[in-house]
Amino acid sequence: MTSILIKNGRLIDPSQNIDGPRDMLLKNGLVAALERPGALPEAGSRVIDARNRWVLPGLIDMHVHLREPGHEYKETVASGARAAAAGGFTAVVAMPNTSPVMDKAEVAAAVMAKGRQAGAARVWPAAAMTLGRQGEELAEYEDLKAAGAVAVTDDGAWVTDPKVFRRVLDYAAVTGLPALSHAEDHALSKGGAVHEGRVSTRLGLPGIPAQAEINAVMRDINMVELSGRPLHFCHISTAGAIEAIRAAKKRGLPVSCETAPHYLFLTHEAVGDYDANAKMNPPLRAPEDMAALRAALTDGVVDVIATDHAPHSVLEKEVEFIDAAFGVIGLETSLPLMMELVAAGVITPGRLAELMSTRPAALLNLPGGSLAPGRPADVTIVDPDLSFALKPEDSLSLSKNSPFWGRPFKGRATQVIVGGIIVHELAKAEG
Amino acid sequence: MTETSPSFPKDLIDLDDLTPGQITCVLDAAENFKEVSEREIKKVPTLRGKLVVIFFHENSTRTRLSFEVAAKRLSADTVALSASGSSLAKGESLLDTARNIEAMRPDALVIRHGASGVPGFLARRLKFPVLNAGDGAHAHPTQALLDMLTLREVKGRLEGLKVAIIGDIAHSRVARSNMIGLVKMGGRVAVAGPPSMLAPELAEIYGVEVYARPEPALEGADAVMMLRIQLERQSGALFPGAREYARVYGLNRERMKLAKDDAIILHPGPVNQGVELTPDLYDDERSVILPQVTNGVAVRMALLCLLIDNPDKE
Repeated sequence: MTSILIKNGRLIDPSQNIDGPRDMLLKNGLVAALERPGALPEAGSRVIDARNRWVLPGLIDMHVHLREPGHEYKETVASGARAAAAGGFTAVVAMPNTSPVMDKAEVAAAVMAKGRQAGAARVWPAAAMTLGRQGEELAEYEDLKAAGAVAVTDDGAWVTDPKVFRRVLDYAAVTGLPALSHAEDHALSKGGAVHEGRVSTRLGLPGIPAQAEINAVMRDINMVELSGRPLHFCHISTAGAIEAIRAAKKRGLPVSCETAPHYLFLTHEAVGDYDANAKMNPPLRAPEDMAALRAALTDGVVDVIATDHAPHSVLEKEVEFIDAAFGVIGLETSLPLMMELVAAGVITPGRLAELMSTRPAALLNLPGGSLAPGRPADVTIVDPDLSFALKPEDSLSLSKNSPFWGRPFKGRATQVIVGGIIVHELAKAEG
Repeated sequence: MTETSPSFPKDLIDLDDLTPGQITCVLDAAENFKEVSEREIKKVPTLRGKLVVIFFHENSTRTRLSFEVAAKRLSADTVALSASGSSLAKGESLLDTARNIEAMRPDALVIRHGASGVPGFLARRLKFPVLNAGDGAHAHPTQALLDMLTLREVKGRLEGLKVAIIGDIAHSRVARSNMIGLVKMGGRVAVAGPPSMLAPELAEIYGVEVYARPEPALEGADAVMMLRIQLERQSGALFPGAREYARVYGLNRERMKLAKDDAIILHPGPVNQGVELTPDLYDDERSVILPQVTNGVAVRMALLCLLIDNPDKE
């Protein structure tokens, strides 16, 4: 394995409290050395000149749907892993709502194997909390963990029975698998297509009230209190849920949460004239919700940015709006969108690294999340000044359901290194 | 219709597509067309050789019949499709159906669909005019136009009229299109219904008054529009039941006294008699429910002409 020397970059690593010029040597798949610029010898190494670029611990997207097994026409582990690398990610966590459901070790192992074969971003499976994601019987967590699963979640479904959910939290904690909750009170959201409010009224569509999320988050927090076990909330979209999580954190409860870039940039008005590329679950919310989420990025209530990358083909999207599938892709637009927040002064570059690398790695006990010597050589190099716009045909995802095509971006990953191997490099013409 | 008539958009999806001038133009044209229906030979050659596809993906008697009669009185050829009679029953997608209809080169598509947004979805993909005959809980512009024609005939104007719309506002495309159209024409609209049947931000979006009881809406109204209650919604706990609904929200002689003496009663039909209004009011001289049906044909004739024979599409 050859070594790589990354020179002249601005190294931003919250795990070591570093934000400044450093050269970094990667060797044998690990970070070998960090020194002041010019201090490390170039001989024998491939040299990457990272002048005017940011060198970040590899970005991690802890919430993606890769659709394999079962819906390979939408995405595969390989295509998803490549899209992830193109978007600047060195690792992704694949949700278990596959077909068959990832509630058995064999399925998790198969996804792990496909991820390794892809040779792009690392792919970690998140196993189902309950068999068939039915919210009734626990899956075999020890077995799933041994096969590679890094978390448990019934994503897409909420475990409605509080007694079952309490057991989930207990078993997950004992197994050492973080539990991730898709907090949605289905009794309140069922049949809904968009956020309940101005847009649902105007379009004559059944609404999903903010309280569908808030109810579920509050119940879950009560179960955390009862069990004393940690819990992470997926894709939080409402000001009310943020408020509840903030209060829970203040009380010292072991909760954390993520939100997705689309909730930080779009409101329900983006649905416009029934645009299914603005239909996701939870739905795009009101401007007040967006403002609350942005505020929670800076004060630390939001721990993680995750895309909820949800590929769907035209067969699921170019249909009656009420029947259109929920979800948008996000792997290749997440970093550019977050760079927009840095440019706007909403978050610092260091906070971006925390939200997109340090925190998800720590929450899920993943390798990466730090460029300290001895840690895996998972690195994302970003050109913060690179302007571009993404076209559907340039995307590596098999699905094209994004509301962000053509948006003028500034800031893009130029090199993505996983385990010391360059898995994505922007061509000179593009860079 | 006249040389001074304004140009029209390609499609009619909802009344926000039309300016007040265009709405007036439709109503004027409809008034002229009413005369055709009184002739011995009720037919004019205006759309001879034109093909109108009438596609009803949801059951409807009067709207469908009304469009067919309108097209035939204009000498257009019509093909009627329904969901069960079309390939949709075999799982064909909406997009495929649209492409197939397009391949047959019709001159207009009239579409009724249970899902909000479908007429606009088709209009963006088809080159010829699409007329919305009602989509989900979204819009029913031809119904609103025939209601406005009926109101204008009886009252002589739309501006300044107070119209009470009572019933399931949240799930009513008729209410939405009427709120848009009447407010646009200078009317004052007051809607009322049980809280479970009022949608968020109605007042802010449509510029209407919103009440949870019928009385303040009826107070001084020039016209009362009662909406059909879908009795099957009772199961979703939307309202306690037909009996209580009739007692609290139904229109009866006593409650009608709150409106102006010369107020008229409209209903888009079909009426649940004894629920939305008492049977004696249905037959009352103030009821214009059947003239609404007659006006429906005239309004649809006007729209088919204006959109198909529309040399300067916007």
